[in-house]
Amino acid sequence: MTQQCFDIPYAMTLTPIAVGRERKLVTNKRPKVSEQTEWMLAVRDSRDRDAFSHLFDYFAPRLKGFIIKTGVSGAQAEEIVQDVMLTVWRKSAQFDPHRAQVSAWIYQIARNRQIDMMRKDARPIPEELKAEPHQEDDAMQILAMDQEAQKLKHAISKLSKDQRVAIEQAYLGELTHQEISDQSGVPLGTIKSRIRLGLERLRLELKGLRS
Amino acid sequence: MTHVQHHIPDAMLKAYASGNISPHFATLVAAHISMCEICRVALGAHEAVGGALLDVTKAVDVSSSLKTDVFSKLDAPFTPKPVFDRSGIYPGPIVQAMKGQEPRWKSLGMGIRQHIISYDKQGSLRLLYIPAGQAVPEHGHNGLELTLVLQGSFSDETGQFGVGDVEVGDEDLAHVPTADAGPPCICLAATDASLRFAGLIPRMLQPIFKI
Repeated sequence: MTQQCFDIPYAMTLTPIAVGRERKLVTNKRPKVSEQTEWMLAVRDSRDRDAFSHLFDYFAPRLKGFIIKTGVSGAQAEEIVQDVMLTVWRKSAQFDPHRAQVSAWIYQIARNRQIDMMRKDARPIPEELKAEPHQEDDAMQILAMDQEAQKLKHAISKLSKDQRVAIEQAYLGELTHQEISDQSGVPLGTIKSRIRLGLERLRLELKGLRS
Repeated sequence: MTHVQHHIPDAMLKAYASGNISPHFATLVAAHISMCEICRVALGAHEAVGGALLDVTKAVDVSSSLKTDVFSKLDAPFTPKPVFDRSGIYPGPIVQAMKGQEPRWKSLGMGIRQHIISYDKQGSLRLLYIPAGQAVPEHGHNGLELTLVLQGSFSDETGQFGVGDVEVGDEDLAHVPTADAGPPCICLAATDASLRFAGLIPRMLQPIFKI
């Protein structure tokens, strides 16, 4: 049996792909993107320490809260936060706002870091896309990415507590379905359907926002 | 970029994004994404959900020294992790798993060869080399087997698989993959359990060949 993908919310398909570059918008006025994106671009393009300071203040406490949920102690979590924030600074050139939101990019760095710490070998990651000769940022597309992040956040905030917990566990990782079940004392079938319902809900939320 | 028809199941992309799969499967997923823009975008969607969860996570105060520590290290020299590029037909993540070495093929008989990249209690990762027209003995699966085509193509009861395509084998699939005419078919196969061969002789050889 060969399965095809795509039965889960497709955040990215919501992004209108800009066909041709909207030069006017790029050069004349810049639509308002989120502060996080502004800070990240300032770090990437000008090694701006003030911007990095803002990024740190926003993400470090959230990362700590996020990592603690995986069962790691506060002290260990802070070590991971430190590594993640240093990676954000050092690898900022790899941040591509056309392809990822700041939070998604940092989420992936945090997951990589945590997995690398648990294993001997570095986690296999896909080849980097060969960067095209530097093109101007496409403000429209960056904005669309940003707005999508807002919609996702909104969708998640509307989940029930159970759904939210199930999705968090699925995306926090290093917990198989069996382990989730052992931890919470809820039978496996229930957990699976909870995750499925949670994602279903998320997908519906996203669908409603699509138009 | 080749025209990929058979993709990574979405549940597995999610598991990859969150770090919930074995290194064997993770290498195969990362290799496929290196060859498939569709799955790269789909992975981005999962990372966006992960990022949104991070965004809405309740912040937990970090110790006051953490920020000072991070800022004191911004200018410190660091050694970036080695980046593995594609080598011939092998995408970077496979080169990484083989530690930059060429495969050392061992004959399995009938012109079929394999190179075991890794093998442990979580499963196995290996390369298979199947001459044109040759069939792999009929086998079922005790667990999950993912096969990614790197060169040539093969066909079985479920369809044809060319470069970049992934076949998902589970308990329900008993198949006889046969390499199509053309160059020898070279695949990456990741399993989480042993295969079950229908014929007696291959079954006797199974422990020897570790498949």
